[in-house]
Amino acid sequence: MLVIRRDLVDAMVAHARRDHPDEACGQIAGPEGSDRPERIIEMENAERSPTFYRFDAAEQLKVYREMQANDEEAVVIYHSHTATEAYPSRTDIKFANEPQAHYVLISTRDPIEHELRSYRIVDGVVTEEPVKIIES
Amino acid sequence: MAVTVSIPTILRTHTGGEKSVSATGTTLAEVIDDLENNHGGLKARLVKEGALHRFVNVYVNDEDVRFAGGLEAAVKDGDNVTILPAVAGG
Repeated sequence: MLVIRRDLVDAMVAHARRDHPDEACGQIAGPEGSDRPERIIEMENAERSPTFYRFDAAEQLKVYREMQANDEEAVVIYHSHTATEAYPSRTDIKFANEPQAHYVLISTRDPIEHELRSYRIVDGVVTEEPVKIIES
Repeated sequence: MAVTVSIPTILRTHTGGEKSVSATGTTLAEVIDDLENNHGGLKARLVKEGALHRFVNVYVNDEDVRFAGGLEAAVKDGDNVTILPAVAGG
């Protein structure tokens, strides 16, 4: 289960809406081993594409170093789907390299109602999990 | 020519769980060959058909090697090599 503060959910959705129709991507860092997302980091989608995303490599290194210095890890890795449901695509599964992360998908295909779902992706196997939003 | 190589979580099965290991070489290709000698299986995760995998980012200090010669990127004593799998999808 992903337990996450309301303000972090709102921030991910706002980011996804802002970058629509391109895919938005980012991560939420938390203390290593805590499984507690705390600090949202909106990442540049180097692909600037409605069907693909990739963290900008230079920004990824900078953020990685920050997280290491703070003893943090990526608790959530999120991105949006702008024309399809919030379910991992074949490429999402292929490139999922963080077994400890919650992969959050946000669909912005409906202009009013978004869809937000969370998954574990380990060795190519997708497992959906409940999302518990706590009031911040 | 000893360098320190940071290993991402997903590849630590090849290093017995170590987050960073040391290796030697004067180019990235030599460093990867040396890594392979001590941590078998790593090279195949980084190199495909004589080039770096498209979805693995490798940095020498703060520089993405894609812009510094790829596998031929020069490394010198004391450099830090960081390996980060691309975070990508569709």
